[in-house]
Amino acid sequence: MNIELLANLSYIVSAALFIFGLKMLGSPATARRGNLFSSLGMLIAVVAGLTAEGIVSYEYIVGGMVLGAIIGGLAARLVAMTSMPEMVALFNGSGGAASLLVGWSTLYGGGIETFTAITILLAILIGGLTFTGSLIAYAKLAEVMNSAAIVFKGQRIVNSLLLVGIVYAAYMFCLDPQPDSQWLYITLGLALLLGVMAVIPIGGADMPVVISLLNSYSGIAACAAGFAINNNILIVAGSLVGASGIILTNIMCKAMNRSLANVLFSGFGAVKQGKAIEGEVKPISVEDAYYLFEAASNVCFVPGYGMAVAQAQHVVKELGEILEANGCEVSYAIHPVAGRMPGHMNVLLAEADVPYEQLVEMDDINPRIENVDIAVVIGANDVVNPSAREDEDSPIYGMPIINVDQARTVFVLKRSMASGFSGVDNPLFFGENTRMLFGDAKESIAGVISEFG
Amino acid sequence: MEIVFLIFILVLSVFLGFELISKVPATLHTPLMSGANAISGITLAGAFLSAGMVDSEMGKYLGTAAVAFATVNVVGGYMVTDRMLGMFKSKKAGGK
Repeated sequence: MNIELLANLSYIVSAALFIFGLKMLGSPATARRGNLFSSLGMLIAVVAGLTAEGIVSYEYIVGGMVLGAIIGGLAARLVAMTSMPEMVALFNGSGGAASLLVGWSTLYGGGIETFTAITILLAILIGGLTFTGSLIAYAKLAEVMNSAAIVFKGQRIVNSLLLVGIVYAAYMFCLDPQPDSQWLYITLGLALLLGVMAVIPIGGADMPVVISLLNSYSGIAACAAGFAINNNILIVAGSLVGASGIILTNIMCKAMNRSLANVLFSGFGAVKQGKAIEGEVKPISVEDAYYLFEAASNVCFVPGYGMAVAQAQHVVKELGEILEANGCEVSYAIHPVAGRMPGHMNVLLAEADVPYEQLVEMDDINPRIENVDIAVVIGANDVVNPSAREDEDSPIYGMPIINVDQARTVFVLKRSMASGFSGVDNPLFFGENTRMLFGDAKESIAGVISEFG
Repeated sequence: MEIVFLIFILVLSVFLGFELISKVPATLHTPLMSGANAISGITLAGAFLSAGMVDSEMGKYLGTAAVAFATVNVVGGYMVTDRMLGMFKSKKAGGK
């Protein structure tokens, strides 16, 4: 049996393991094992790749792997869970860079046909824009640069010209695909520039969409590289990742009630002003809150990213445990955009030891929200704003929300009466059944816990 | 024919991908993304060929850089996903 056949057979095994791994990600109970399966698949693919014909020297390979493993390993160990979006953004970027480089270096193999030239170019193009786009996304998420949307006059014209330039340079390159062709460098440069231009007009609040999309691109780039070097496993794995990113992008867009085009091409300007809201805010003291908690039999926490910023998830979980011991049913309702990336809030709560059975999705809690005695809103605002359902003039009208206003009682933990991220007023605060618990969320919850004491 | 064959694989895996991923619950979307990062490090398998070539210095350097970038994804992606998934605990297991 020759080595190439053996390598291809191992690729089939690793593709199957990737698929099994993703399937097991369907439930938190099996997910960790699924990840192990997936990594086993990767190990097999890597070993098979190492045996490929034509590899003569291993020094460079080993050097590159050691360097990459150290960087990746340290990053994975040290990253704080609140910084996961930044980390994923960087990983998207390095995935893009790897595909770009594989495509580029393939040119040096010589004997390039037109079809191969096109796929190489696609790998360079998509990989390149994923790389710089991800770096900008990282900079915005980490607030190294201003996270606001950067828009200037004629932006679309510049971007259109950029696209035309890329297509032209790419065409010229494909006519004579040589590794030292000037058109190659022009395409590469323009692709890198396009990545920057594509992400700067997107505001900080839309970053969950962007990192999902870049996640998808990094997969598509791997796919293109797979075509360039004629490698099945790259195509299979790349398209799995590409599909995953696109699904997540779609979910995020739906959760914000925006189209992808709207996110990509227009900075979020809260142009329309919804109805001015009048009414009386009813504050509640920690002591009174305690009495209500004590009597409640069904409590649902609705966390937003503000909770994570205040590092309140640990006290919240503690209160949840006390309530449970008190015979109360406890759940955590999580809006898809509650964190800074898909599923982020779930990870933050899991880190605080909240059992995953208590993490409920928006669509699961809404039909039974009327049975909830107390909905506790912590650091969330827009995702519980009834205007999204009722006020057609509101900028967030149509966005799916968690209908906490339909719970028997709502506690809103809030520092003061400022409006949320999108600057929209929230009628929830003036609701008949709403009680405002003013002050630092962490201290308020700790106060309730000590009352239970 | 080779091209048609590759496209065939592409189309099937895209459908499979959509089918699989839409079954992943929202709770696990962050680990899904970091796991996807790790899988996209599969470029590593392709990068070996370039990095192991001797006939072109430049090709070798580019390939080596590709190996390094892809390894970051593979090692970092799987490790951080495992770390995250390790945090998801069931009530029945009593927090462990």
